[in-house]
Amino acid sequence: MSQESTASTAPRKSLFTPFNVVAGVIVLVGLVITFLRFTKGIGAVTNLDDNNPWGIWISFDLLCGVALAAGGYTTSAACYLFGLKRYHSAVRPAILTAFLGYALVVFALHYDVGRPWRLTYPIFLSQGTTSLLFEVGLCVFLYLTVLFIEWLPAACEWLRLDKLRKVLVKLTLVLTIFGVVLSTLHQSSLGALYLIAPSKVHPLWYSPYLALFFFVSSMFAGMSMVLFEGTLAHRNFHELMDETHLEEAPGVVTGFAKACSVVMCGYLIMKMFGLALENKWHYLATGYGVLFLVELIGFVALPAYLYAIGARERNRTLIRFTAVWTVLGIVFNRFNVSLVAFNWQLPSADRYFPSWMEIAISLFVVTVGVLAYRFICTRMPIFYEHPDYKESH
Amino acid sequence: MDTVFYTLQDFLLHSKSVTYVLMGLGLLLYVFWWWFLTDKDEKKRLF
Repeated sequence: MSQESTASTAPRKSLFTPFNVVAGVIVLVGLVITFLRFTKGIGAVTNLDDNNPWGIWISFDLLCGVALAAGGYTTSAACYLFGLKRYHSAVRPAILTAFLGYALVVFALHYDVGRPWRLTYPIFLSQGTTSLLFEVGLCVFLYLTVLFIEWLPAACEWLRLDKLRKVLVKLTLVLTIFGVVLSTLHQSSLGALYLIAPSKVHPLWYSPYLALFFFVSSMFAGMSMVLFEGTLAHRNFHELMDETHLEEAPGVVTGFAKACSVVMCGYLIMKMFGLALENKWHYLATGYGVLFLVELIGFVALPAYLYAIGARERNRTLIRFTAVWTVLGIVFNRFNVSLVAFNWQLPSADRYFPSWMEIAISLFVVTVGVLAYRFICTRMPIFYEHPDYKESH
Repeated sequence: MDTVFYTLQDFLLHSKSVTYVLMGLGLLLYVFWWWFLTDKDEKKRLF
């Protein structure tokens, strides 16, 4: 690739593009609310209370963020553990998305915990080994480190740190195995967290198998996110992609669609088992039942079918649309478990609804992620193989 | 739906029976799903 030469001949683009202006406004508002959060306390910017100590920052930034960042372990496992080398070009973008996703989860957590400067205490000072939260915290801490090391070779190629890169590349297989193990642990534990509140989570969403549901759904969430992110990347960074990336892209799209369809079909059957084993069918005839069916039929069964049709017909537009639909479905599911179906028995006056500042901070976090992604993609070899290291990939 | 269970034995017998039936149907569904998903793929020549 010759980005440098094309950059020098191309006319200078204005900084005030619609994207930059909108991103700038969001970041500015986010910084003001950040100042308020850390000077006036969490109560000044959120609608959280004793009944609802976890709000949208946990539901969206953490639960959705972790699930949608699962593309890192699924893609690298497919390529390095299952030997599906035809997905190799998708690994770096997936690892980058996962790394930024987890980094932003930790970043967003600083807003939500009472004393953010003590975020590392459970790891280094006071281990609560009987707590699921400790396990989640430890796994996220370790997996973020793993993702950072997995992403580092791209940075080393950019900075020409050959020796360090050589050592890191040798660790790929070990890191991939470590990543899969850690992801299995904490993706499921995030679901298991809600097992502590059987009287607060609506019976349709509460299940002894919550951990399994969260883990299995993270697989298709991650793969769908890779497809969604790939669509955006093809639209915005097409000129950065090399021939290999462009040649492998259709195979990645149909392969991932097929995998998503299979996993979603399994997830649907498991959810049925969850209902059957506790005989919860009668709840389906209630208002919450309608919501549950919308989630299950509209955001699991329908996309599973659409993925299957897309993979059969090699219809990549349909697959990309379905990926967006599935990502929305995962957000819907995590919101249902942690917000809508949580504290469902409380009177509506005591129910939680996020303040505009909480939503603004979540938008701010996503925008920071998009900006970091763009910064890295336009500088480091993410969508192409660096010409000096082609043989060593 | 409106079945009243007087003992845990009754409840488990009912819910597990339904689950076993669903498991069978699920396995069948999976096989058909796989056929539906792959029947247009190029067949691999194994000889």
